[in-house]
Amino acid sequence: MSTQEPFTIEQFYKFLEQQKLMAGKCLKCGKIHLPPRPVCDNCYSEKFEWVTVSGKGKLLTYTVIHIAPQQFQALTPYAVGIVQLEDGLKIPGMIQNTTQEQLKIGMQLTLDFGTCSTTQQWPQWQRYCFKR
Amino acid sequence: MNGKPLVSIVSAGMSKFGKLDGLLAREIFSLATKEAFTRCPKLDPKNDIKAMFIGHMGEAYEHQGHMGPVAADWAGLTGIPATRTESACASSGAALRSGIYAVMSGLADVVLVGGVEKMTHRTTSEVTEYLAMASDYPFEQWHGITFPGLFAMMATAHMHDYGTTEQQIAQSAVKNHYHGSLNPKAHMQKEISLEAVMASRYVAWPLKLYDCSLITDGASCVILTKPELASKYTDMPVQIIGSGQASDTIGLYERKSLTSLNATKLATKMAYDMAHVKPGDIDLAEVHDCFTFAELMAYEDLGFCPVGKSGEFIESGETRLGGRIPVNTSGGLKAKGHPVGATGTAQTYEIYLQLIEQAGKRQVKDAKVGLTHNVGGSGATAAVHVYRRDK
Repeated sequence: MSTQEPFTIEQFYKFLEQQKLMAGKCLKCGKIHLPPRPVCDNCYSEKFEWVTVSGKGKLLTYTVIHIAPQQFQALTPYAVGIVQLEDGLKIPGMIQNTTQEQLKIGMQLTLDFGTCSTTQQWPQWQRYCFKR
Repeated sequence: MNGKPLVSIVSAGMSKFGKLDGLLAREIFSLATKEAFTRCPKLDPKNDIKAMFIGHMGEAYEHQGHMGPVAADWAGLTGIPATRTESACASSGAALRSGIYAVMSGLADVVLVGGVEKMTHRTTSEVTEYLAMASDYPFEQWHGITFPGLFAMMATAHMHDYGTTEQQIAQSAVKNHYHGSLNPKAHMQKEISLEAVMASRYVAWPLKLYDCSLITDGASCVILTKPELASKYTDMPVQIIGSGQASDTIGLYERKSLTSLNATKLATKMAYDMAHVKPGDIDLAEVHDCFTFAELMAYEDLGFCPVGKSGEFIESGETRLGGRIPVNTSGGLKAKGHPVGATGTAQTYEIYLQLIEQAGKRQVKDAKVGLTHNVGGSGATAAVHVYRRDK
């Protein structure tokens, strides 16, 4: 599969919205990039093709987060881990619907395209003002 | 052993570390430089210091960027080139390395390097968010992975691969709080028990509250010069004989190993080769214990113990004061505190005090060769330096 879409992180997330897990394969040296990047760090080529990546993999490591930034605090405690996909690529992410006891290194996991929406908040500062 | 000295340290200063209410970063930094200037009466700061590098991690804490000239101003040095070096928690380790570049290049004979961070006025949630900015945004921060979470994942993998236990990891906190109890500038100066560490609540399993370094305000600095000029300023210079700095992928997920920091290994080899030392030549070290587990991993990456054996090594007591290689006699990031930008040169400050035998109750006897190990983020930067007493 080959398209004109740019080989960028933004495009990676756009594909995810379409329920596709895609990586960029360098046409010169063959290295597969997840996330995709516009210039190959191995051979500096700018020529790539999109390849579909399997969402199945095994858990390499994990943690359960109890203290989180504001926008994730409501989800605590939540599990995150690094998953090695079937073709060897690695990707981190949240692991949903699991308990601490169920988590085991080596367990099989599958990427779910369901999104976990969050909002960004910036600090609110108290400001003074001048009045007539 | 006996590497050629790269530069000499002629003075150093450090503010009290802790919750310094009402003081801004620039004000805290001026307390560190004041000590360094006072300690070195033969130095005329305004005329002798030709450049400055300051480690400062985050604009977010005080809504203040451009810290180079700000800190130079409050140090009474306006006019000299003053540059901020940002490498997350290794920002002042990178400042030190930059200072060495400047002195060795011949562009500046005397250079002030240091670091500062003001953090305690922010909530834990805010600090967690700001610190996470030093990790990968699109794949780590975006998915709720925190800094403790990254080191927790390394600890999980180490426990799985080598059988390391939560109790062994917790020993680092117990040791460093004991050391901190002997350091009047430490944020926390009281001992804690293994039971207290184990009973503290989880921040990111398997790391608990007492496995985490402190949110602290503080500043530190060091004055460097050419070795041949050192005697002009002091009778007790300390030489830097090895300097290494290295980088790795920003994302933990992209790295080959989850139980070792390759940047530390690369920087260590660089510094050891330059200094002509082996791990067994190091008399004491300040290592980057942003989390207890990070200290154990550092033992392995620095070659202090075999790979996979750091749990047993800390239990042996060899890294406690009185042991073969005392580590983090200052109390480390865990008890002395971790004002992130200030940490690298605060480590140097401790080694400097130890090597000139002014470390008070925590003095290591006959220490001749010291090491500092400063890590940025989850290990995308590491800076390692080797120091030697001049006489």
